[in-house]
Amino acid sequence: MVNQQTELLRWIPLLPLIAAAVHGVMIGLMRRSAPRWVVIALSCGSVLLSFALSCVAFVELTALPAESRFLVDTLYTWIGAGIGETRLAADLAFRLDPLSAVMILVVTGVGSLIHLYSIGYMDDDHREDKGFQRFFCFLNLFTFSMLMLVLGDNLALMFVGWEGVGLCSYLLIGFWYSDRFNAYCGSKAFIVNRIGDFGFLIGIFLLFRAFVEAGVPATLSFSEIERSFDAIRELTLAAPFWGPEWRLVNVVGLCFFVGACGKSAQIPLYVWLPDAMAGPTPVSALIHAATMVTAGVYMVCRLSFLYADAELASAVVAWTGALTALFAASIAITQTDIKKVLAYSTVSQLGYMFLAAGCGGYTGAMFHLVTHAFFKALLFLGAGSVILAMHHEQDIEKMGGLWRRIRQTGVVFLVGVIAIAGVPPFSGFFSKDEILVAAFTAHVPGHLWLYGIGLATAAITSFYMFRLFFKTFLGECRAPAHVRDRVHEPSNWVVKPLWALALLSLIGGMIGIPQVYGDSLHVESSHSLNNFLSPLFPAGAAHHLSHSTEVQMALAAVGMAALGWLVAWFLYLRRPELPARMAHSLGGLYRMLLNKYWIDEVYDALIVRPLVRFSDVMLFRVVDAGAIDGIAVNGTARGIRALADHGLKYLQSGLAQGYVFLMIVGTVAILGYLLR
Amino acid sequence: MVPLDHVIGLSAILFTIGTIGVVTRRNVIVILMSIELMLNAVNLAFVGFNRMSASAGGQVDGHIFVLMVITVAAAEVAVGLGIVISMFRNRDSINVEDVSLLKW
Repeated sequence: MVNQQTELLRWIPLLPLIAAAVHGVMIGLMRRSAPRWVVIALSCGSVLLSFALSCVAFVELTALPAESRFLVDTLYTWIGAGIGETRLAADLAFRLDPLSAVMILVVTGVGSLIHLYSIGYMDDDHREDKGFQRFFCFLNLFTFSMLMLVLGDNLALMFVGWEGVGLCSYLLIGFWYSDRFNAYCGSKAFIVNRIGDFGFLIGIFLLFRAFVEAGVPATLSFSEIERSFDAIRELTLAAPFWGPEWRLVNVVGLCFFVGACGKSAQIPLYVWLPDAMAGPTPVSALIHAATMVTAGVYMVCRLSFLYADAELASAVVAWTGALTALFAASIAITQTDIKKVLAYSTVSQLGYMFLAAGCGGYTGAMFHLVTHAFFKALLFLGAGSVILAMHHEQDIEKMGGLWRRIRQTGVVFLVGVIAIAGVPPFSGFFSKDEILVAAFTAHVPGHLWLYGIGLATAAITSFYMFRLFFKTFLGECRAPAHVRDRVHEPSNWVVKPLWALALLSLIGGMIGIPQVYGDSLHVESSHSLNNFLSPLFPAGAAHHLSHSTEVQMALAAVGMAALGWLVAWFLYLRRPELPARMAHSLGGLYRMLLNKYWIDEVYDALIVRPLVRFSDVMLFRVVDAGAIDGIAVNGTARGIRALADHGLKYLQSGLAQGYVFLMIVGTVAILGYLLR
Repeated sequence: MVPLDHVIGLSAILFTIGTIGVVTRRNVIVILMSIELMLNAVNLAFVGFNRMSASAGGQVDGHIFVLMVITVAAAEVAVGLGIVISMFRNRDSINVEDVSLLKW
């Protein structure tokens, strides 16, 4: 493969970084907030420009022949250590191939729309501490980190972006920090993410060690890892205490997946995402729906050559994804906070993506990642618009009947709901279909069960999304009168990006229409996203599904969506009194779902409290205050003072000759030692 | 020709005498003289070593260093005697034991 050098790529992440740095200097050093138009021009301008550059890079990439689509931009050697077989090298290099091209288009494209939306959304937020500029500073910093993550040419650089997005997520969740709860949510997100990052780091170290062991000089760059992957394919790793030897690739794959679990909110580390809704709504859309949380999926796809070879790790990925999808969807049924419903829905959809990735359907995962970015960003931004219209009310029990009052928001929200429910020809239908096909034809143990879980989740998804829509926009308005009379459509800054995203949600599926439909529409190669990405991914066993089977599966998926819609319609429009009665008669089950299976409480009791208690009693009082502060630090000082007081000070006699004598003794001692 | 051993031996003896003088004598002027003795012992060693290496290469680094030491020694004596005079004016004594105020 010829490495195509280009100097274009570096500017894609650099522009948002420059904007963030300028904002930071203005806030931090000048202690003065820039005029509003400067902030807008700088932030939105940099991201839009970055988007334009991404498009240029994308066009450049597609101009290359399909098997050598690969652009690289190397700035300098960032880490260089060791020699020979233990060499560790990492360049500051950006890499554009079909996978990262898709990602940067999503990040900068959806990111630009969300930046524009934020102008309108944050305008409502009058704060004394220059919140407007601070917000855009963080948002730009996030865009930079995310672009580093997807463009980074090696694992180390990817990790930099990985940590950067975690940091920005923390900063933005706790953006309204004067409320202690928001700050708590930010910390929770950061700490849970750190647990995942730990797994990621271990994975990197294990991989590096494996290369050293195999005697292959390896850098951490993806292409070199892939090239010398054969050398470590057969290595094994003995479990330290028990059991058989593990294949190294499985262990490495699992370690990376722990990282993905943290970042992409999978069982058991998903708990931070629902709480992350404490941040401003554009943040939820950008970070906690469209881009950052998909980083885990991106990583699994990036390392697809590794996962394709690690059956165990792949099976774990697929099963975790499927269970998360079902689990989170079931919680979403009972939530009444509009953003919480969407948050659990995001967790569930991310589970879908991992289900596809674990089953070897990497293009399916990426396809769903893209369409999900469109419709989930749309849903979150629509929810933000509703929240603005309702004067910062988020409880759907206090909404209803908004359709007539905010028609535009209602229409785009409905587009999002239909897209996520999986109704053709909206985008969600095609990507979900591809995932289900991947599960159906996978070689993972119990793949038919996975398919069944996927179908069931599709039905539940459709149900809770239509429930959300019906409760918010239709029926009687349950808001108090003074709010009801002042409901109004938000400004154009807010509404216009929604239309763009609605359009994308509507037609976004066209990039990956399966060949089945393409044939009947007489399109030569309709499966364009697949064709674009597939040179990158290991060729799985081609699934030989007859067209009739594929159409039947699509019909089943649509049937599930219709079923969900029907139940929601019956329960929330036809017989609105029924849900309360059902909740009453199914008391235990309802409470379990309402309280999210008490997972937070279980974690609190099993992990958080013991840890806090141990830290307080043992680590703080005994180790830190007792041993380190008491004995090591103060003890040293006290001991030396006592020694000086009772002996050492008499050495300072004031007699110059005494000093000379000691000096001579010392010199003789040293000379004696050296000449011995 | 004097062998190197003898030069070094003399140098060591002179240095030891100087050192003992610095440590044991109480008269400041004698201490200064003893320091001169130590410096000149070092000079002797320099010259001796230089003579040895000169047969190999013809360098004169040792001699040049000796000149430097003599210069420094002259400057040191000038400062030292200045201090002695000022001490004598203040204390009517040039005994080091009389100036041991700077202690615990």
